[in-house]
Amino acid sequence: MIANTASRMRLLGMIRKETWQILRDPSSIAIAFVMPVVLLFLFGYGVSLDAKHIPVGIVIEQPDLATRSLAGSFSRSEFFSSVLYSTIQEAEKALDKRDIEGIVWMRNNFSANLLSGRQAPIGVLINGVDSNQANITRGYIQGTWLAWLSHYTEAHGRPLPMPVTLEQRVWFNAALSSRYFLVPGLIAIIMTLIGSLLTAMVVAREWERGTMEALMVTPLRIGEMLAGKLIPYFILGMGGMLFSVVLAVWEFDVPLRGSFWLLTLSAALFMLVALLIGLLISIVSKNQFVAGQLAIIVTFLPAFILSGFLFDINSMPAPVQLLTHLVPARYFVAILQTLFLAGDIWPVILANMGALLVMLIFFFTLVRIKSRKRLD
Amino acid sequence: MTQPALVLSDVSKTFRSGGRLIQALSDVSFQIQPGRVTGLIGPDGAGKTTLMRLAAGLLVPDKGNIEVLGIDVGKDPIQVQSQVGYMPQRFGLYEDLSVQENLELYADLQNVPRQERPVRYKELMHMTGLAPFTRRLAGQLSGGMKQKLGLACTLVRSPQLLLLDEPTVGVDPVSRRELWQIVYQQVQNAGMTVLLSTAYLDEAERCDEVVLVHEGNLLGQGNPQDFSDEVSGHVFQISAAHLGARQLQAQLSHAPGVLDALIEGETVRLVMQAQAAANPDILLPGESGVKITPLTPHFEDAFVAKLKTRPDRDEQKLDLKVGISGQIGDEVIQVKNLVRRFGDFVAVNNVSFSVRRGEIFGLLGANGAGKSTTFRMLCGLLPASSGQLAVAGHDLRVAAARARGSIGYMAQKFSLYSNLSVLQNLRFFSSAYGLRGKRQSKRLHWALTTFELESYRDANAADLPLGYKQRLSFAAALMHEPEILFLDEPTSGVDPLARREFWAWTNALAEIGVTVLVTTHFMAEANYCDRLVILSDGEVLTQGTPREIKDLARNTANPDPTMEDAFITLIEQKKTAA
Repeated sequence: MIANTASRMRLLGMIRKETWQILRDPSSIAIAFVMPVVLLFLFGYGVSLDAKHIPVGIVIEQPDLATRSLAGSFSRSEFFSSVLYSTIQEAEKALDKRDIEGIVWMRNNFSANLLSGRQAPIGVLINGVDSNQANITRGYIQGTWLAWLSHYTEAHGRPLPMPVTLEQRVWFNAALSSRYFLVPGLIAIIMTLIGSLLTAMVVAREWERGTMEALMVTPLRIGEMLAGKLIPYFILGMGGMLFSVVLAVWEFDVPLRGSFWLLTLSAALFMLVALLIGLLISIVSKNQFVAGQLAIIVTFLPAFILSGFLFDINSMPAPVQLLTHLVPARYFVAILQTLFLAGDIWPVILANMGALLVMLIFFFTLVRIKSRKRLD
Repeated sequence: MTQPALVLSDVSKTFRSGGRLIQALSDVSFQIQPGRVTGLIGPDGAGKTTLMRLAAGLLVPDKGNIEVLGIDVGKDPIQVQSQVGYMPQRFGLYEDLSVQENLELYADLQNVPRQERPVRYKELMHMTGLAPFTRRLAGQLSGGMKQKLGLACTLVRSPQLLLLDEPTVGVDPVSRRELWQIVYQQVQNAGMTVLLSTAYLDEAERCDEVVLVHEGNLLGQGNPQDFSDEVSGHVFQISAAHLGARQLQAQLSHAPGVLDALIEGETVRLVMQAQAAANPDILLPGESGVKITPLTPHFEDAFVAKLKTRPDRDEQKLDLKVGISGQIGDEVIQVKNLVRRFGDFVAVNNVSFSVRRGEIFGLLGANGAGKSTTFRMLCGLLPASSGQLAVAGHDLRVAAARARGSIGYMAQKFSLYSNLSVLQNLRFFSSAYGLRGKRQSKRLHWALTTFELESYRDANAADLPLGYKQRLSFAAALMHEPEILFLDEPTSGVDPLARREFWAWTNALAEIGVTVLVTTHFMAEANYCDRLVILSDGEVLTQGTPREIKDLARNTANPDPTMEDAFITLIEQKKTAA
């Protein structure tokens, strides 16, 4: 009992000290609350992976009804902003200068061929420098062309022979807005920043300023020291998470279809993993600069690139896909995207939470083994 | 006899640093008795901090056994940590917490019962003089106050054994004296045992007992008086009618039977070998008007005598050719009403002094007194807020770069490239000052031979022994034959022998007309300067020759005051005037 009160006094002392420090250090508040706002606004408004208003050149060598109607369907489409040219040379020049991303080329025999029922090919030239963009552009040009063709044939009483028609519906993110899947994923990034980067720097600072040595010679137990560090930053991180969720739902209109409590629970799990990694980094590197660099390379960048937040994991090469399994943010991003856009899909949530739990146990054991009340 | 408070038996500890093994302690055994202040005395790198950390259970010895208050540290470090108070060299104050909050934290961590706290806090704040500042952030305290707060935090739960690792380093003499008073109060009132480490040899005399360590070895243990007594009758003050103190010292250090010759104002302090007599005809053949008076030995005399009787190093005669233009006695550095502000804070306030050619001029003061700021302005590294600064005839406001060409600078910390070899370092620094071709190779040769660095020429600077690092820094500062030499805390942390070697070079340079400006927080080193200013809180406390300054504190009660006494007297005068 006496040991218990003594232990509680030490733990509370540590927590109180950390809280004072957080409140007085503008950089921790900035990382927890200003950073989410900046990132959310940047990714919510600034970055869009949707293709809209792609500049394409339409080459019409012989203007007539058919070519004008096809050109019209390009200029009406919100995917394109089209520029008309009368010769292919002019259009190629514009493509060279990157004024336009692609060319739709209707030769002078286009209408003649079309009317006579023969093959009426159009030429499509696409700037392939940005392969992703090129694919999207090609797809949209093809779609627009096919839509126009079926419309045209119908109007001329010659329905296109199509054995299979595509009737597509997009689930969960019906408008295919990239914001809907970027914003939930961002919460994982923000929590990684608070949990790993901030914690690693803060503990490294204690080493740098010599306060760690003074703490170590007090009767403070190692478990109390770890808990004293974890608890305040856990609360700070969860605060940052809540703040981001509020922003996501109210500012960016991202639907939260799953249960809030499940979200909190999985966030808590992920937060602990991130904190433990932060502690581990600070045990390895005892100065702030190295700890900061290490935290960015080991946690932040993988969370950004390999978590499926920005880049689709399935389209990565197989070895890299394997690597993503080591990134805790990967599991949390999956949970976040599911909870926000799809709802409580238990098999997905449980599998990912299980993975996070395994990571938690692994890192906890590692931190316990590695942290000793010793200087060597 | 009561149980000893700390027992070390055959303790050894090695560290691995960059592939090299460093023997921090080798087979050290001693014990300290309860209820006394024991001083752990030795220069930097002697193993003092390692020893303290071992005793606090923060390190585990490679070999040997340590018992603190009857507890085996290896077996139960937590038990030891709840009985001892340990103040590391850089005490872990949280600078973003207030004085009160720092106390609260350590009271929590040390499990001080809540009902006892108010009384204890009051007592500690009163003792340290921090009572008016309890709400101030620790980061905004002066160096001395920080150190006292650190001590208060360590004492918040009265420990049985108090381990203090260099508590007084860089602290101003007044705070230093107060720290010692607090320590003695603890011993007398609470029966505490104190082990205190220090690199200041003059502090040894304040301890009940001292333990001497040097390069990881125990040199001896005993009453400080007993150590001094060993050289009693062999310490003299010597002066000669026709020789300046510097020439006198240079001659005496090569005279037979002399262990140590040290400049003290206009005279030289001499420590002789036990069997040698202080005979003027042997010491200074052919000199007239030689006056020799016996002195009471200081602890430092004994320490140096002890070190010197070990295998001696060769003292070499320096050949320092530096081309000096101009007359000895010209004013080469002029500082007038110098002010430097950082926001609201005035770091240097209305400082004026001038330095003549061929003079060794000291800037003396505690950490935070404004020495480094003044220094940086003189080097043209920091613009002055107002006032005039001229170095070697160049106004630093308009021609900082040209002024720098005639300055050699040796920074406080070893600031050469540790992963370059000795030769590469020298080559780089000489080319940075525009030396190339024949002149460069001549100077490189000069540096390697004069400072005996030839055998280390291809060794990385990081792997040099401490004394050789210092030589290398010194050589690098002299590559371009500067007529003015700026030395920032050059002797901080080096052992007394290396310090003497260093001053021998500096003296030799001054003899040939190089102007030397040196900062130090060792009050005793002020004696080596021709003239000095004492800075305190950014202001000039006083300036003059060492003798003039010491005269300020001379009275019947204290006929032979030290520089430190003078400093304290001046501070007190300033306080009463305010």
